[in-house]
Amino acid sequence: MARRAVKTAEKTTTAEQPDKEQLLAFYRSMLLIRRFEERAGQLYGMGLIGGFCHLYIGQEAVAVGMQSVKGPKDQVITGYRDHGHMLAAGMSPRSVMAELTGRFPGASHGKGGSMHMFSAEAGFYGGHGIVGAQVSLGTGLAMANRYRDDGAVAFVYFGDGAANQGQVYESFNMAELWSLPVVYVIENNQYAMGTSVERSSSETHLYRRGSSFNIPGEEVDGMDVSAVRRAGVKAAEHARGGNGPYLLEMKTYRYRGHSMSDPGKYRTREEIDAVRKTRDPIEHLQERLEGQGWLDEATARAIDNEVKSVVAEAAEFARTAPEPEPKELFTDVYVEADA
Amino acid sequence: MTTDVMMPALSPTMEEGTLAKWLVKVGDAVKSGDVIAEIETDKATMEVEAVDEGVVESLLVPEGAEGVKVNTPIARLSGEGTAAAPATPPQAAAASTPDVQEKKAESAPPPAPAATKPAVAPQALPEGDTDIPADAKRVKITVRDALRDAMAEEMRRDPGVFLMGEEVAQYQGAYKVSRGLLEEFGDRRVIDTPITEHAFAGLGVGAAMAGLKPIVEFMTFNFAMQAMDQIINSAAKSHYMSGGQIRCPVVFRGPNGAAARVAAQHSQDYAPWYGSVPGLKVVAPYDAADAKGLLKAAIRDPNPVVFLEHEMLYGHEFEIPEVEDWLVPIGRAKVRRAGSSVTIVAYSRMVAVALEAAEALAGEGIEAEVIDLRTIRPLDHETVVKSVMKTNRLVTVEEGWAPMGVGAEVAARVVEHAFDYLDAPPLRVSQADTPLPYAANLEALSLPSAPRVVEAAKAVCYR
Repeated sequence: MARRAVKTAEKTTTAEQPDKEQLLAFYRSMLLIRRFEERAGQLYGMGLIGGFCHLYIGQEAVAVGMQSVKGPKDQVITGYRDHGHMLAAGMSPRSVMAELTGRFPGASHGKGGSMHMFSAEAGFYGGHGIVGAQVSLGTGLAMANRYRDDGAVAFVYFGDGAANQGQVYESFNMAELWSLPVVYVIENNQYAMGTSVERSSSETHLYRRGSSFNIPGEEVDGMDVSAVRRAGVKAAEHARGGNGPYLLEMKTYRYRGHSMSDPGKYRTREEIDAVRKTRDPIEHLQERLEGQGWLDEATARAIDNEVKSVVAEAAEFARTAPEPEPKELFTDVYVEADA
Repeated sequence: MTTDVMMPALSPTMEEGTLAKWLVKVGDAVKSGDVIAEIETDKATMEVEAVDEGVVESLLVPEGAEGVKVNTPIARLSGEGTAAAPATPPQAAAASTPDVQEKKAESAPPPAPAATKPAVAPQALPEGDTDIPADAKRVKITVRDALRDAMAEEMRRDPGVFLMGEEVAQYQGAYKVSRGLLEEFGDRRVIDTPITEHAFAGLGVGAAMAGLKPIVEFMTFNFAMQAMDQIINSAAKSHYMSGGQIRCPVVFRGPNGAAARVAAQHSQDYAPWYGSVPGLKVVAPYDAADAKGLLKAAIRDPNPVVFLEHEMLYGHEFEIPEVEDWLVPIGRAKVRRAGSSVTIVAYSRMVAVALEAAEALAGEGIEAEVIDLRTIRPLDHETVVKSVMKTNRLVTVEEGWAPMGVGAEVAARVVEHAFDYLDAPPLRVSQADTPLPYAANLEALSLPSAPRVVEAAKAVCYR
């Protein structure tokens, strides 16, 4: 696959400053993820969700801001902390929650669970449980875009932990070598399970990790949805324009443990509280909206109530929906030959 | 004092080659490192350098001579003023010939010791082959070219099919399987990758998820161990984990098993490894007709297929039916030789060993039925069971290790389905339960051979 000259970009949206409507939509979307994850945590505690369950609380601005940049043919792929990305992509809270409880109407018919959900319709390619694997897969999505020359961009998310995996760099190399339309989004929430970036990474500025492959990168305040969007627009235009990959390091933070079974001994309660108090992405946006006169307390409460009812309905659905029939054990192992 | 220059082995599996061009003439003085000739193998044209100093006294093989065997003297130098060296030992000549083109492939497979070589005579299609239309014209073709033709035909048929891997494009394939594809299809569809198996396998799977039909070539399956996570965790499982939403129609192909004298890290049979994974299909053909027909079927299959070739078979010629769009269905074994005394089950290169053993057994009044599995997953045990119901005896032959192997699986299924028909416990012939050694004698001892299969067949026949 030879290098390609810069070609005309398909315009998705280039508005630098999101308007009132868009910001309110971001607000609701982030709140939906927050409330959804709180409820998922609760259902886990009740034994309704099994296995591993990695919550996205604190990181909402990243998925929501980046999703606003995604064009209709663009693809998204991420690791196992994926509930937020799926909700942002427009997958129904019902199907995501029902997957968490392992029920048939779940996004993967109950066969994938928290870490393995997909929506071909939403261009969401998972939901992958092996740290770093999604980076090669997502680069492959971009390879298909380039092969078809269809103007689509792949958004590939991974964490600060995955940023130390070898295949990430193998993928970076090919993405730049072949000018693939891919935006790499590192969600640096500062801890790979219990190991901080400082303890695991010789270069802690992860946006520089593409530099030896000539991939431009920048650091972004991942707690500010507008900043995420601004950076996303720029990165997507770069990739869509035939200039190859772009790397965004989103500085963010997860409030909850790595998974539900994380005792959290590697950081202090004070550290978490300080982030919540000063950098929370939802409160940050709420203050801004209120400052602009675009949101008042009553409307904020109404949005919260609406979101809570959506989540409560999803939880009830997920609790009562049927489990897969025993015969489903053997379906979807192979694609039956289609003519 | 004269020194003979020998026909060198320019790759681990080279047995003969064409002396394409002499770059020196009688009377020329040469010193070590001078290029004296060009030699063409089935893989490449390569330069031969002189190892000794001297004056060319005679050229023993004319320019253009084909089929010059390795180790045949091709020129004679008179050692003017040089220490009288005895005739250059051929190995030394090969080793000191800088192999300018072959890179990683070279670290893969020296000439095969005769003892481990399968029967090389071009094999005729068996009479009464149900796969092949009776009126089909038959042509001879190597396994290598059959594989190439399969890819080319499928690439012409479906614009979503493309080939990626190390040295597949400009170099024309480390083993020349992709020869000519770059010229026909261009660098958009025949893609040289960096040496980066883990990620390019992942890229292939991702492109398949997005709806393309990638053929991912591993220079050998030994290198695919770096990529196994993507093959198993991503390719094999995504359809299931997505509740049927995501498809991975990707083919992972390349040589599998032991070549010759390349030792433990380059000699391994991965059939049982991939064969145990639901979600994958695993194919391991023997002859050219199956190589072509099964590869075309694998490329069209909507599932991920691991396609295990054998380097030692690439250069073998077989008859192949000349029919339009030759396809062989995945999942069907083939009876390669009918017999009533004992069933011998094999796949890939071991089919040749089994057939050789069957000929030897016939001389002793034992008629072996030889079954070529062709597909490892899904395994066609019905064909094997049917045969054992007739012969009441089973011997399996595989290049890999016996524990948890393909033979173990075949034996288990026969015991499950035809226990009452067995007149003897099934026997497995396999590689010795050690890493594959380098030394020629130990290597030959390690790998299955026709005499060992004969021995096993006699044992189950109580003879």
